[in-house]
Parts: sequence; C-alpha cells; structure tokens
Amino acid sequence: MNIAALTANLHVILPEMVLAAFALLVILADMLRQDEEESRLLPLLTLAGILAAMAATAWIWNRPVASYQEGAIADGFALGARTVILVAAGLATLLSMGYLPRINRQMGEYYALVLLATLGMTMMASATDLIVLFLALEIFSLALYILSGYYRKNPRSTEASMKYFLLGAFASSFFVYGAALLYGAAGTTQLREIGNLLASDHGNPNLLWPGIALLLVGFGFKVSLVPFHMWTPDVYQGAPTPVTAFMSAGTKTAAFAAFVRVLMEALPAQQIQWGWALAVLAVLTMTVGNLTALRQLSLKRMLAYSSVANAGYILVALVPGTAQGSKAALFYLLTYAFMNVGALAVVITLEKIDELDALQNRAAGLADRWPLLALAMSIFMLSLSGIPPLAGFFGKFFVFQAAVEGGWTWLAVVGVLNSAISAYYYLRVMVAMYFHEAEEPVQPRRWGGLSLSLALTALATVIIGLYPSLWTGFLSGLGG
Amino acid sequence: MLQLAWLLLAFPAAGALINTFLGSRFSKPTIGWIASGTVAASFVVSLGLLLGLLGLPGEERVITLPLWDWITIGDFRAPTALLIDPLSVTMALVVTGVGALIHVYAIGYMFDDERFQRFFVYLNFFVFAMLILVMSDNFLGMYVGWEGVGLASYLLIGFWFDKRDDTYGYYADAGKKAFLVNRVGDFGMALAIMILWTSLGSVTFLDVFQAAPASLSSGVATAIALLLLLAATGKSAQIPLYVWLPDAMAGPTPVSALIHAATMVTAGIYMIARTHVLWELGPSAANLAAWIGGLTALMAASIALVQVDLKKILAYSTISQLGYMVMGVGVGAYAFGIFHLITHAFFKALLFLAAGNVMHGLHGELDIRKMGGLREKMPTTYRLFLIGALALAGFPLMSGFFSKDGILLNVFGHSPLLYAIGLFTALLTAVYSFRAVFVPFWGQPRDKHLHEHAHESPPIMTRPLWVLAILAIVGGVLNLPFVLTLERWLEPAVGEPSFHPSLALEVSLLLVSAVVALAGIYLAYARYVKEIGWARRLQNALGPLQPLVEHKYYVDEFYDAAIVQPLKALARWFAEVFDPGIIDGSVHLIGRANLAAGERLRRLHNGLVPTYALSIFVGVVVLVMYLVFG
Repeated sequence: MNIAALTANLHVILPEMVLAAFALLVILADMLRQDEEESRLLPLLTLAGILAAMAATAWIWNRPVASYQEGAIADGFALGARTVILVAAGLATLLSMGYLPRINRQMGEYYALVLLATLGMTMMASATDLIVLFLALEIFSLALYILSGYYRKNPRSTEASMKYFLLGAFASSFFVYGAALLYGAAGTTQLREIGNLLASDHGNPNLLWPGIALLLVGFGFKVSLVPFHMWTPDVYQGAPTPVTAFMSAGTKTAAFAAFVRVLMEALPAQQIQWGWALAVLAVLTMTVGNLTALRQLSLKRMLAYSSVANAGYILVALVPGTAQGSKAALFYLLTYAFMNVGALAVVITLEKIDELDALQNRAAGLADRWPLLALAMSIFMLSLSGIPPLAGFFGKFFVFQAAVEGGWTWLAVVGVLNSAISAYYYLRVMVAMYFHEAEEPVQPRRWGGLSLSLALTALATVIIGLYPSLWTGFLSGLGG
Repeated sequence: MLQLAWLLLAFPAAGALINTFLGSRFSKPTIGWIASGTVAASFVVSLGLLLGLLGLPGEERVITLPLWDWITIGDFRAPTALLIDPLSVTMALVVTGVGALIHVYAIGYMFDDERFQRFFVYLNFFVFAMLILVMSDNFLGMYVGWEGVGLASYLLIGFWFDKRDDTYGYYADAGKKAFLVNRVGDFGMALAIMILWTSLGSVTFLDVFQAAPASLSSGVATAIALLLLLAATGKSAQIPLYVWLPDAMAGPTPVSALIHAATMVTAGIYMIARTHVLWELGPSAANLAAWIGGLTALMAASIALVQVDLKKILAYSTISQLGYMVMGVGVGAYAFGIFHLITHAFFKALLFLAAGNVMHGLHGELDIRKMGGLREKMPTTYRLFLIGALALAGFPLMSGFFSKDGILLNVFGHSPLLYAIGLFTALLTAVYSFRAVFVPFWGQPRDKHLHEHAHESPPIMTRPLWVLAILAIVGGVLNLPFVLTLERWLEPAVGEPSFHPSLALEVSLLLVSAVVALAGIYLAYARYVKEIGWARRLQNALGPLQPLVEHKYYVDEFYDAAIVQPLKALARWFAEVFDPGIIDGSVHLIGRANLAAGERLRRLHNGLVPTYALSIFVGVVVLVMYLVFG
C-alpha cells in the first residue's frame, strides 16, 4: 500500500474526517476552557462541525461516484443517508444546549461523543465492506452506550445505559458472527464482490444461510425489529431526551442504510428467502409496536414503541428488494428524522428533568396556554399517523407504493391497517392538548436551540408534505 | 381591453378581502364605499368589454380568455378561463350595474347595523361568485360560481341569524332552508356535469356545444337537460323547489333586491340560455321547462294576491316573473328570457328597495293591512314604487310590458294553452302589483301610531332608486318589437330565434297584453280603492279558494310531511340506533380488542434483561431455522 493509493479518492470520507477533527477540537477546547461560561461554546463548535460535514457532503454530491479503498462509497444513497444523519445530529445538538447543563456538567465529552457517534453513523451509511461496516457500527454503538447513561445520578439513565450495552454487545456478537460466516461462504468481505460470487456459484449453503440469518439479527437489533426490539423502550425512556432523539433518527438511518446496501449489493440473489423473512418481521414489528404503544402513559415510551412500529413500515419497503423500495425507505427516514425529533423536542419542553420523561397528562390543556407548541406537536402527531398533506403521509405512501409495485400488496394492506391503529395513540395526545383541562399548570422549558429545532422540524414536516416531489427528485437524482 | 377582463372578478374579490382584513379599522362609510366602488369599477370593466365586443364583427364576438390551468388529472382538464361573449357581458352588466346601485343603497339601509362590515364583505363576495358563474368558460367554473352564490345567499338570508319572529321563525332557519333546498338542485347540476364529462370528455362550453349535436344521443341530451332543469328549479325558485324563496325574505332588504330578485335567482335562466344547444337536442325537457315556468308563474301570482306582507308579495311576484323567464327560455325564446331578466332586474330591484324604504320608515313593519295613506308621508318612495309596479304590471310602453309581451308572443307560437295561462297570470300580476300600491299608499291610515312616525328615507336610499326607476321605464328600448336590438346582439351566444311571428299576430298580441294589464290595474282600483260592489262580489265568489291560496296550496306542509319528517325520522334512527349500536359498536369492539392485546404485550416488556435476551435468542433460532431449512 503506497501513499498514492491511500490518498486516492480521499474526499469520499471527507465528512467523517471533518467530524473526527471537530470531535478532537471539542475535547481540546473543553480542556483549555477556563470557566463554566466558556463551555457554552462547545455546542456551537459541535454545530460548526456538523455544518462543515454537511458542506463537505454537499461538495461531494457534485462529484462522480467514487469509492475509497473499496471500503466506503459516495453514491447518492450514501450521501442522502449521511445528510439525514447529520440533520438529526444537528437537531440533537440544538436540543442538548439547554438540557445538558441540568443533568451533567461534563459537556466536552458529551459533544465529542455526539460527533463520534455521528461519524460512526455516516461511516456505516457509506460502508461497502463488512469489516468497515462492523467498525462503524461499534463506533457509534459505544458512543451511544455512554450517551444513554449520561445522566449519571439518575438510576433510570444508568439502567438504560447498562441494558443497552449488554444487549447491544449480545447483538453485535451475532452480527460479527454472521459477517464471518458470510465471508466464509463468499471468500471476501466486500459487499459487491460477495454479490457477484453468490450470483454465479451460490457459495457454501451451510455457511451462507446461517450467515444471512445472523446478519439480519444484528441489523434487526439496531433498527428495533420485533423480537429484537425489547431494549428500545427502556433505553429511549431512560436516556436523556436529546440522546433519544438523536438515536431514534440517526441510528435508524445508519442501520437501515447499511441494511439496504447489504441486501441490495451482497444478497440480491437470495431475495426470495430473505424477502419472506423480512415480510414476517415487518408484520410482527408493526403490529407489536403499535399495539403496545396503545397502552403507554409516558410520552417517551409511546414514541419508543412508535419508533419500533416505524421500523416495521420502513422494513416493508425493503421486502421487494427493488431500487424503488430503497428510495422509499430513505425518503421515510428523512421524514421520520424531522417528525420524530420534533415530537421528542416537545417532550423535552414538557418533561420534569429528574424524571427524564413526561407523562401524557402533562400535555393536557397545552393548547390553551401554549397554542404554538400545541400546534407544532399536532403537526408531528398528525404526520406520524400519516395524515396528508404532511411529510409522514408521503413517507408511508412511497413505502406502500413500493410494496404494491413489488408484488407485496398484502403487506401494504397490513401496513395501512397498522397505521390506522397508530392514529389512536398519536391523536390521543392531541385530544389531551386540545380537549382536556390542565391538572397542574405546566411551564414549558425553553431555550433558543429548542425553539429553533421545533420551528425547523415543524416547517420541514409541512414543507416536505406540500412538496414531496422536490425531495423525491432530490433523492432519485442521485443514482442510489 | 378584453385582456383585462379578469379585473371584472378581481375588483369585488379585492373589496371583500380588504374589508375582511382592514374593515375593522375603517369607518362605516369607508367600508360601504370601498364595497360599492369595487362593484362600480367592475361595471366600468363590463362597459369596456361591451365596447370591445361591439368593435368586433358579429361572428367574432365569442372570445375565450384563458387565465390558468385549474385542475389537470389525466385527461381531465378544467381551465380557469373567462368566456367573453354577448350573453356573459350582458349578465355582467346587469350584475355589476344593479349590484353597484344596491351596494350604495345598502350603505344607508344597513348603517345602524352592528355587523355592517360583515354585510359588505358578504355582498362583495356574492358579486364575485356571481361573476364567476356568468363569466366562466366551462361547466365546472359555472358550478363553482353556482355554489358560491348559494353560500352567499345562505349567509345573507341568515344575516340576522339571532333574530326570531312569527313570520320566519329563527332567521337562521330560513338560511338553512334555502341552502338545503338548493342542494337538491345543485345535485342535479353536478350529475349533469358528470354525464357531460363521461360522454363528451370535456366540460368546456364551446367544446361541449360543438361536439354535442354529433355525439350526444337525444336520450342523453334530454337526461342532461332534465338534470339542468332540476338545478334551475332550485336556484331560480320554480316548482317544485321554489319554497325557499319566500323565506329568503328574512334577509336584509338590499339582499332581497340584489340576490333574491335581480341576480342570483336568474342564474337558472342564464344557465338554460347558455346551454341552449343541449336543450335543443332534448326538446321534451325544454317543453317541460316551459310548462313548469308557466305553472309556477300562475301559482305564485295567485299566492301573491293574498299575501299581506309587502316583501312576501314581492317574493311571490319574483317567483312568478322567474316563471315567465323559464317559460320563455323553455320555448326557445332565449333572447326574450334574458330581456325579461334584465327589465325584471330593474323594476324588481326598484320595488324591493322601495319596500325597504317603507320598512325603514315604519320601523320594520311590513304588514300592508296596517299601512294606508303613505303617499303623503313618503312621496318619493311612493312615486318610485308606483313606477316599479307599473313596469311589473306590464303597463303599456314600460319596460316590463315589452319583455313580458315578447315572451307571451313566443309562447303563443309554442302552445296556445300555455299562452292562455301566461295571459291570465299577467292579469293577476297587474291586480296584485296595484293591490300593493293602493293598500299601503292610498286611502286612510289604518294604524294611526304607525302613520304618525312614518318618515321618508335619506337621499342615499332614494337616489340610486331613481336610476333604477328610469331604467324600469325606458328599459324596453333594449329590445323594442320589430327592432330587436338585444336579440340580434345575443345571437352569437344563443343562436337565431326559431319563431318568426307574422306582423298581424305580433300587433294583435301586443294590444291584448296592453288591455289585460289595464284591466288588471282597474280591477285592483275597483276592489281596493273604490270598493265597488261587483269587485267585492267577485272576490266573494272566489272565497272558497281563499284558504287554499292563503296557505300557499299547502306545499310547505306537504313537503314537511312527505320529505322532511320521514328524513328526520330516518336520521333519528341512524343517530340513535344504527350509529351507536352498529357503527360505534363495531368500532369499539375493534378498539377494545386492540387495547386488550396492547395491554398483554405491554406486560411482556417487563424490564428484565434476561427476558429481552431470551426474546432475541428465540428470534435467532427461528430465523436460522427458517433460512437454513426453509
């Protein structure tokens, strides 16, 4: 390996390099700062890093598709997923600004970990090699284990961190085992080459099929598919809410992007087998997620189960194994990032800091005193339940369209029925806000970053819904 | 000039918007003059369009002005475009001209009303919708206007929605009645448009009329025309859907004059004239329209004879006159239908506004039995009302004389029996219009207290009326017999007349009409002023009919028993049995089942890591088994 080969197409991983540099800068700045006041600059530095990574992504966009060391690629799909992840990270940083000082004073590590987790996620979304993929997965998983437990004095937060770590390690071992078996079957770790080999010679079935099964388990854990989802509500509820927002949108996008790439590039020939497996998982995930969400009193737990159900919808798009499905999944992730982070931002305004959570009755009567906040929450809830013309409607529409056109009409029907069930718990929040009397007057918490992220997410949810063609064009123009 | 036709619509729309958003900062006169000014500006635009068309040779006077594409779905295209032709421009002139005068009048009439601003917003909105109706170049646009004026009518009839009295019950209910009855007609129009679209693939007037003769069978054309007729009976208050118009008098008087006499209610006549090609393809529907018009005219005139509420007399008179117009367009005399529409707009608006002055001067009293001798107290109003009544009665050389006679002449060519009905109705018309002159304005005061407090209205409420009065007198010149200016002008839009009477017939029918009108006026004079014995005996001889007519032939009662009550009973059954039991029951069942399942699943998530790991492990085993052995 010479220097020339090392630097060829280095721009492919430019956003990751930017993120790494800013992560180090944040740590450095934290060490050099003289008093508490200066720590206010850390989130701004983090935001600067994320914006710089976005700029780098935009810059790559105009260049031809290229691959760095056969390990990472800068094609439309990867860049689209990267953008969604960076948006989620940026919004999470805005949400952390006023939140963090109340739960933990060590802010330097927090923001550095956010940047590193983002790095891992964007890396995973661009990875084309099983080893790079696994490394990226571990980079962001480890960062997230720590972030979930960042409210150290709160036992719930610690519990969440511990559970996430134990089960995450358990699932990672399945993932790495699956990758190893796949390597054994194909003799390479590069996704496209695995695909080429398996298309012609089918590999060793004794290694191939268990390998695929274990990889599905690994991905299934990260995107919270039933029955690998059980950690989700506990971790989402116990983690500091900005971390929950970041995880819910970022992890899902990264893991689904890699999931799509593995299925589409390495395993297209086995679509019939994994298609059915995914279909069954999708039905289970949507149904269990939605039904369980019906009975939740905590807003965060409700959104956690909703996140499980949403993973089910996205999985529906993957089942047919078509390019249309991949684009639909990416579009869904884009809409989900805005509406779910927005919903969690509202939770932040309502929550009691020592409980890290808000029960549904905290939203009662919100519309009377805080009409704009209630309006924003209504936009998110309506969008999540898929009411046109908001973003969530088109997310679901493209996903179900991909399923129908791929010959999986029954799956789309199950999805639509599930979406009807979900309306119950989303709309219940609106009923509480608009029709119930407040039990105790709630003084919503607010700071600039929070208001800004609320405005951004609400606007995006509306605009994407009004001009879906703008975004589908934007995503499909990428060749993905 | 013609390119600026969109301004016609833009002015009243702007007026409505400005008064909606800024009206609360303006003084009342400012609001009123903004509203009136925008309508007057539209009138100027209409005049410009008229001049523009006159500058073109006859066959080029049909111009489509596309504005933008409204709906495009697959093959279905509905443009937003204006059709500028003699018919639409004539209608626009009437709507904006009469509309502007009534707006000005309303500044005075409504001045003390607390919802003054809202009133003018609605009124501007009405003019806007009415102009959409008459200017649209396609059925869908016409339908939008049709519904828009329906909405304006509903809002304005129920303008005093919080008021209640013995005549109308809750005023809001009168608005509801108008809206619901009109829905029946609107439904007909919607169906007609759908049939047109499915059979011809277009909803644009010019496309439809060009394709219809070749591609529409006479059966389909008749069906479409019948559905359009249903729509016309709703909007233009004909049998069987006329029942809403008398109740519509609950609205403020300028509304009665503008919407429920001069413009909106004539939309059905405009629509029939506009779609004349379809009616010529389905002659039996046209014949039915003529008979419905004739019978409505007769029935409504007979009811008008016995009403004691001044505005209700005028309301039934409107229904009756609309009947004439429908009869006219039904027999194919489109130009005369439109002619009568125009003259009627002049004299009926005049009568309503004069009645409004009476009401204003008598503090809301409308019962003519309590009036009498008002001509000394309100000389100007009396003169105005008299001119309107002369025109309505068809007094020779007044505008109404020529237009009514033109319709009767054409009806004679169609069916002598229908002509006889029309002629008898003309006699009744003369009687009831002069009953409405003699009883309130002549003779001795019947209610001293009321009489003493009566006063003439301010100039703002009389000057616009003089304009209408002059038009009511000389409006006939638009289409004098043998000259027929209007008929020739409308030819590019409604086609050539089908009936060409001989000179002798035309002159003799003209004389008959004149005699009938004079006889009717004398009859009223004999009965209500001189109280001559034979006139009284004549009334007594008809006595047994009186209760029947006074109760308006029990039509409202019949509708109530045959339609309203059964529907209410059905609705009650749905609301009290079907909906809570079957619909809600099944929904609740599904909901409860889901909630129960959710509860069980919730307990599965017990927070213990071993359970979670076990769940993952079960998943691993099943997946591996499926993929390896499946």
